[in-house]
Amino acid sequence: MSIETLDRPAPPIRAVPMRELAARFLSRWGLVVGFVVLWQVVSRAGWVSPAVFPPLDKIAAALWQGIANGALLDDIAISLSRAGTAFLAAVALGIPLGLAMGQLPAVERALDPLLQFFRQTSALALYPVFILLLGLGEASKVFVIFWATLFPILLATIGGVKEVDRKLIEMARSYGANHLQVFRRVILPASVPAIFVGLRLSATTALLLLIAAEMIGANKGVGFQVMNAQYNFQIPLMFAAIFLLAFLGLAANGVLVVLQRRLCRWSASDR
Amino acid sequence: MSTITDTRGQVALRHLSKSYNLNGQTLPVLRSLSLDIRPNEALAIVGPSGCGKTTLLRLLAGLEKADSGQILIDGIPVTGVGTERAVIYQEPRLLPWLTVLQNVAFGLELRGLSRAQAQERAGRYIRLVGLEDFRNAWPRQLSGGMAQRVGIARALTVQPEILLLDEPFGALDAMTKLSMQEELARIWGEEAVTMVLVTHDLEEAILLADRVLVLTNDGTPPSLVTVDLPRPRDRNSADFVAMRRMLMGKFGLH
Ligand SMILES: Nc1ncnc2c1ncn2[C@@H]1O[C@H](COP(=O)(O)OP(=O)(O)OP(=O)(O)O)[C@@H](O)[C@H]1O
Ligand SMILES: [Mg+2]
Repeated sequence: MSIETLDRPAPPIRAVPMRELAARFLSRWGLVVGFVVLWQVVSRAGWVSPAVFPPLDKIAAALWQGIANGALLDDIAISLSRAGTAFLAAVALGIPLGLAMGQLPAVERALDPLLQFFRQTSALALYPVFILLLGLGEASKVFVIFWATLFPILLATIGGVKEVDRKLIEMARSYGANHLQVFRRVILPASVPAIFVGLRLSATTALLLLIAAEMIGANKGVGFQVMNAQYNFQIPLMFAAIFLLAFLGLAANGVLVVLQRRLCRWSASDR
Repeated sequence: MSTITDTRGQVALRHLSKSYNLNGQTLPVLRSLSLDIRPNEALAIVGPSGCGKTTLLRLLAGLEKADSGQILIDGIPVTGVGTERAVIYQEPRLLPWLTVLQNVAFGLELRGLSRAQAQERAGRYIRLVGLEDFRNAWPRQLSGGMAQRVGIARALTVQPEILLLDEPFGALDAMTKLSMQEELARIWGEEAVTMVLVTHDLEEAILLADRVLVLTNDGTPPSLVTVDLPRPRDRNSADFVAMRRMLMGKFGLH
């Protein structure tokens, strides 16, 4: 038998070359930059009708003007309050209900067929019903958004609770945890990632339904602004409102992602 | 150590029977098993797969109910889980959203200690299993052997009279397993605790146990083998090897 000890030569140091950094940037943002440039050039050169696709600088100008004179700000405020109210109500109902349904098979069995039926029924198809019941004002708009927003968060929460590792629950039980302790210390934290998936889906849904509701019967709001600008042939303003909606969606998602990172540091990957 | 702690952690199995229902048929697993486990004894349970080792351990843990017969701990019949027992499973079963320290303190917090008190005592046992550098790590940052040590620390932290282990090292690689066995032998020597260890590994049983309960699944009665080797035990000593050969013979192996 012979034993040999290996020495440890220092590894060669390699700096990240500029080229690699540029490549990384391009692979992430290249298409976006390309798209912006293409839009601008195609529109300016008149290859598509600038009346339908105005150059980006005109859209940016319309957006700035709308914000500066406060008109768009009013729309943003009212849209946010509609979507926000509905979203918060859906969360306030969906999470507790989901937590209960996930743990009580009897409740879930009883409610599930109803849930599946409603889930398959487009909220927009029910909008006329809500209008009949609640009138054309704010209530019906908020309610239709709430309705559509409820299901993603509810179903995700139920799923999260049902997927909790039984072995962890048994572990807690063997240390003498009662039902409440098992819920607070195992089921609830274990469901958080699934709940966040539901929250993000719900936020997207809320914005989607917001636009639809505002297009159908509103005289204010970003969704209304898209429709209204198109009627009045203020195409740059129309695109400005569309981009605004995209930004709202990105911002809502961004807030939730940050919140999720803070709450779920334990599951984050090291990178 | 006081005489009081020395006489606690006594387990008596009295005519313990358990069967399961499998597709309408009754499958007897334990048949009128009677056995006395002494305070601070280390008892290993071995036997072929499906012979009822886990079932017996779950009965001891109070996670399962016997069909007939009873289990007495310090003379008191077991009716459910109890604070004088702690279980270590084949998987570490750590809560991924708690740090190592919080996981180890988990059992104590459930028993009503304040967070500070629980974490202070947890810190002692984290040191005992050699993980003080990882007290604030998340479970996902641990290797399999380290995670299992956290599970062991969590069980020890509640200072049970009886430690129940179900193939605690079954999922570990051979090297880690060897060092964890030595570590468990050391810990058992330091703590006043009765240990019931289910294992597939005859060497592990001989290394750790005072007596080995050999269960069968062909209806023949179980047997009890006393391991009268001095501690710390040497896996390569002639007596150890002879003991292993004898136990293997019981399973028809050579
Ligand atoms: N919940 C259950 N329902 C029905 N049968 C069960 C249940 N749990 C265990 N059994 C049966 O009881 C018998 C003993 O199972 P047990 O898990 O105690 O075996 P074991 O000795 O631990 O085996 P292994 O070494 O493979 O872990 C097996 O035949 C198994 O099929
Ligand atoms: Mg088993």
